[in-house]
Amino acid sequence: MNIVPNPQSGLLLGFLPFVLIAAIYLVASAERRATNPNDKLLPPVAEMADTVRRVATEPDRRTEEIVLWSDTAASLQRLAIGLGFATLAGLTFGLVLGILPILNASLGPLVAVASMIPPMAVLPILFIVFGLGELSKIVLIIFGVAPFLVRDMTLAVAGLPKEQMVKAQSLGASTWQIAIRVVLPQIMPRLIEAVRLSLGPAFLFLISAEAIAADVGLGYRIFLMRRYLSMDVILPYVAWITLLSYAVDYALAQLARRGFSWAYVEERR
Amino acid sequence: MSALSIRNVWVEYDDQIVLERINLEITSGAFIAVVGPSGAGKSTFLRLILGQEQPTRGTILLDGTPLPPEPGPDRGVVFQRYSVFPHLTVLRNVLIAYEFESSKVLTRLTGPARRRAIAKSEHLLEGVGLAPDRHKYPSALSGGMQQRLAIAQALARRPRVLLLDEPFGALDPGTRSQMHALIRPLWRELGMTVIMVTHDIKEAFGLGTRLIALDRPRLDPQAPGRYGAIVTYDLDLDRDGPVPILKFSKPLDPSGDQDSFRERRQNA
Repeated sequence: MNIVPNPQSGLLLGFLPFVLIAAIYLVASAERRATNPNDKLLPPVAEMADTVRRVATEPDRRTEEIVLWSDTAASLQRLAIGLGFATLAGLTFGLVLGILPILNASLGPLVAVASMIPPMAVLPILFIVFGLGELSKIVLIIFGVAPFLVRDMTLAVAGLPKEQMVKAQSLGASTWQIAIRVVLPQIMPRLIEAVRLSLGPAFLFLISAEAIAADVGLGYRIFLMRRYLSMDVILPYVAWITLLSYAVDYALAQLARRGFSWAYVEERR
Repeated sequence: MSALSIRNVWVEYDDQIVLERINLEITSGAFIAVVGPSGAGKSTFLRLILGQEQPTRGTILLDGTPLPPEPGPDRGVVFQRYSVFPHLTVLRNVLIAYEFESSKVLTRLTGPARRRAIAKSEHLLEGVGLAPDRHKYPSALSGGMQQRLAIAQALARRPRVLLLDEPFGALDPGTRSQMHALIRPLWRELGMTVIMVTHDIKEAFGLGTRLIALDRPRLDPQAPGRYGAIVTYDLDLDRDGPVPILKFSKPLDPSGDQDSFRERRQNA
């Protein structure tokens, strides 16, 4: 409990489980290949690297596009538009509901009920209403993430000390001025935190929607390759999705710390 | 001018009476210290004048006109905590008062208007000794410095009434004496009416020109909420010599007070 790792050994300790998993994979893969030369479950790393090179550099024979990049672009575009609108909705509605008690009284219960609807259960409705194209996938992400963001932002506004609102009014501020100068900047760090937490669910909804109906996308490719037991494509794709998700998360964390340093002063101490 | 008259004010929450029969005429430029035990409605009394709460019965007039039912720039306030905006630097905490005043939509000042507002803000910060710390965030300031910032901020719009809700309650005795030495000249210079709620009897006698004690003189054990707090003492402190009531005598100048504090600590 009192033995604390220094930064270098901490980094080393963090890498250790990854190295361990890689080693286990290598041993198991070699083992399976030794007993069955046609094993597809745990392809050797060399085989996976070859497949990655193929999907990342050579154009597909049918579509003439490089598969990995067209999949990544399609998925990231859906994710960005979906999360973007969800964030915008979460911020605007959360701010308005948090500041105006009258609107919260009339719309709060609706948001609370809407956030309980399982988004995957309405996916068929979305496919029927918006078709099988891009729109239904984007709406699924919005539907899955926005209610959480609205509720979290409403709570963030409610968590600001009442004294600040009274103080601002005693300095002559209108409701609008309090919203944009006192409340909005103070809930921005919390918004970024909430979007970071929403990344997992957003990817979940994206890949589910792509698995069910799509002709391009990371989720589509994984579920397509499942039919051929192509673990040499699926495993690198999973790793790639994880890396993308981690990168977005890291970028958001940096944005929060750089842009709103005042909110993290307590943490550093 | 900023005279307050409080006429037959009652505050009731459901079946609990908090304040009853409050009648006060407060002259312009008075420094009112409000004391009383916890739960006697001191903070409620302050929130009434602030406009954060409305009296159940009775009226409050500021220079003859009824108070608007919400906080406004004619009444400044300093709370014990959470008075300053943590996301703004010291300078911007004061500047925002002028931005609220002059830029109704964007709440941002530019060009000469901004320079004038900055000059006014810096003047206020110099008055409370925070000019060297103007670019720090409040979290980097000590408790006393945060309260000084809150005072500078509250003075920016030149309120007619300044309300202080136990402003120095969370400060150590030395810092508190410094704050006393700061607030009195500010009050003299600006000529506003100050109403200060405090737990510290000595502070109340040392700073106030008039002391108001709120308390519940009657208690019905079967119905604890039946009787509210009334004004039990109303003392005029604005004269020389000892105040003869309750064996309290008026302390000397607050700056001298600080020395006596140091002496006592050294002797101890």
